[in-house]
Amino acid sequence: MTDAILQANSPTWGAPDHGAADRLEAALGRGVVERRVEHRGELTLDVPVARLPEVCRHLRDEEGYDLLSSVTGVDYLGYEGEVAGYWGGGADGRDLNRSASAGKRAVPEAPGPKRFGVSVTLAKVLTVADGDHRRLRVRVWVDDGEAVPTLTGVYPSADFHEREAWDLLGIEFAGHPNLRRILMPEDWGGHPQRKDYPLGGEPVQFSDEV
Amino acid sequence: MAATEAPKTWPTLEVLRPVPSELHPATDNPDLLEINLGPNHPSTHGVLRLVTTLDGEIVVGLKCEIGYVHTGIEKNIEQKTYWKAIPYVPRMDYLSFFSGETAFCMAVEKALELEVPRRAEWIRVLFQELARLHSHLIFLGTGSVDLGGIALLFYCFRARDEVLDLFEMATGQRMHPRYCQVGGVAEDLPKGFEPKCREMIAFMRDQVDQYDELIAANPIWSQRTKGIGVLPPDFALQMGMTGPNLRASGVPYDLRTANGGYGAYREIGYTPVTEQAGDTHARFRVRIEEMRASLDVIEKVLDGIPAGPVIADDRKVVLPPRHELHTSMESLIHHFKLVTEGFTVPAGEVYAPIESARGEFGFHMVSDGGPKPWRVRLRSPSLVLLQSLAALAQGAYLADLIAILASIDPVLGDVDR
Repeated sequence: MTDAILQANSPTWGAPDHGAADRLEAALGRGVVERRVEHRGELTLDVPVARLPEVCRHLRDEEGYDLLSSVTGVDYLGYEGEVAGYWGGGADGRDLNRSASAGKRAVPEAPGPKRFGVSVTLAKVLTVADGDHRRLRVRVWVDDGEAVPTLTGVYPSADFHEREAWDLLGIEFAGHPNLRRILMPEDWGGHPQRKDYPLGGEPVQFSDEV
Repeated sequence: MAATEAPKTWPTLEVLRPVPSELHPATDNPDLLEINLGPNHPSTHGVLRLVTTLDGEIVVGLKCEIGYVHTGIEKNIEQKTYWKAIPYVPRMDYLSFFSGETAFCMAVEKALELEVPRRAEWIRVLFQELARLHSHLIFLGTGSVDLGGIALLFYCFRARDEVLDLFEMATGQRMHPRYCQVGGVAEDLPKGFEPKCREMIAFMRDQVDQYDELIAANPIWSQRTKGIGVLPPDFALQMGMTGPNLRASGVPYDLRTANGGYGAYREIGYTPVTEQAGDTHARFRVRIEEMRASLDVIEKVLDGIPAGPVIADDRKVVLPPRHELHTSMESLIHHFKLVTEGFTVPAGEVYAPIESARGEFGFHMVSDGGPKPWRVRLRSPSLVLLQSLAALAQGAYLADLIAILASIDPVLGDVDR
């Protein structure tokens, strides 16, 4: 794989910003970056969950990452270990409620220590001349019921992203001023984007006989 | 008409506290009137409910209630093989539909490290710009209805049909074409496409000039839009605003050029369109100029499109050509495996953003090494830009709230997904 192809295939990310990670460690202590993952030219920094706002504040103020691109929660329940066929079924037919992503596994290895990964993608916009709008991803790991400190104090636009992660995945954001459901109805039970939430198993709304 | 000028000093727009996306009334005056704007109201451009608190005609409180057209696209995509997921995507941002398809395919290609043939990249740019043109035409038409000028709606919808005719000619579908494939595009451009496209360009340039004249010289239009909903660039970035709304505040940030751009924009080149004033008027102007810029890009594509294949020849990912199925056992096997099982994508996390008609449209995709995505999140520009509405509408007239909402151009399918 040549650099040219990689460059063409990783638009707008720029070179992996290891320099920022080094300076982050220098400023906040060596333990702040638990792991660096580089995949397809994208650099991900795993940080301790309690230090997320501090890390983001440093990246915003010192490194110029002024745009919060997205906050994405990912449920890794059942990601590793399981080997299943494409149909997700057993001897007695297809099981619609099995995790449908349980296909052929090339890398059956958990990417992180806990169930949920919360990825925060940052970008440089105003602080650089055109041509170096780098991106960087900061990631924290939490278990069910564990809270992530909110980023709304650092990046106000985290508001809707965090509400969405709470609504669909049940990841709590401590200190968020308005953590209520955003996409699902207010009285909805459960968090539909979780892997143990079945597809097609929920009752159909408004179908009760009057 | 000359570009708008930057204000001498930007108005201070503080991030709302405690909730950045909601405006709460400062007093609990019993005379304040709380009304629901929407969810079913033409001026909300879809199914958006704005819980608005009014002091007379002044907006003193605003909450966006969304989720009325949430269809669980992300959850559904987790149950589909990669190539079966493609048709879901354009149905979110149904005005700039081709951008969604392209963004999704680019995320998968990035995870696969798959190289796309040059001609396919150029064709993708062509249709992305056509989709942008389509989106901006609807923006202009519906936006002018919100400001009380109904004529432009009919003109814009007539012109939009010309764009959709081109989509129909090349892809068989007027909207949601599913033309973009992982590895390239489904078919080459048909015979007769180029002259028809050039006809459209000539027609559209004339039309855009007319629309421009129609609103530029209109004093009511100017009064309704100038100085309304001014968005300072630093505030816009704090609220995550991207795309034409950010460029209307003078920030030349465009993913088509940032870091050299993506796809064929790297070769074709592009200069971001910016306006300086940051108000509703500038946001309209920036889109009118972008329509002209899109037409220029489309013309450049027609002039310089390279010959060659339109889809990669990696048979583990891309369906073999139809005619080979009659003669080649191996192709038949590949076809069968791809249709029933799909292809597997190496495990890992990728995020591929592109510039759609409303800003940064990104796919955050996590693969587990299987044939279906483990998790897909759509970073839709509309969801993010809606957060700024409350701050922009603070202290504005109710009628201006409608104008501001029209000018930031959310698509509710894109907001709710």
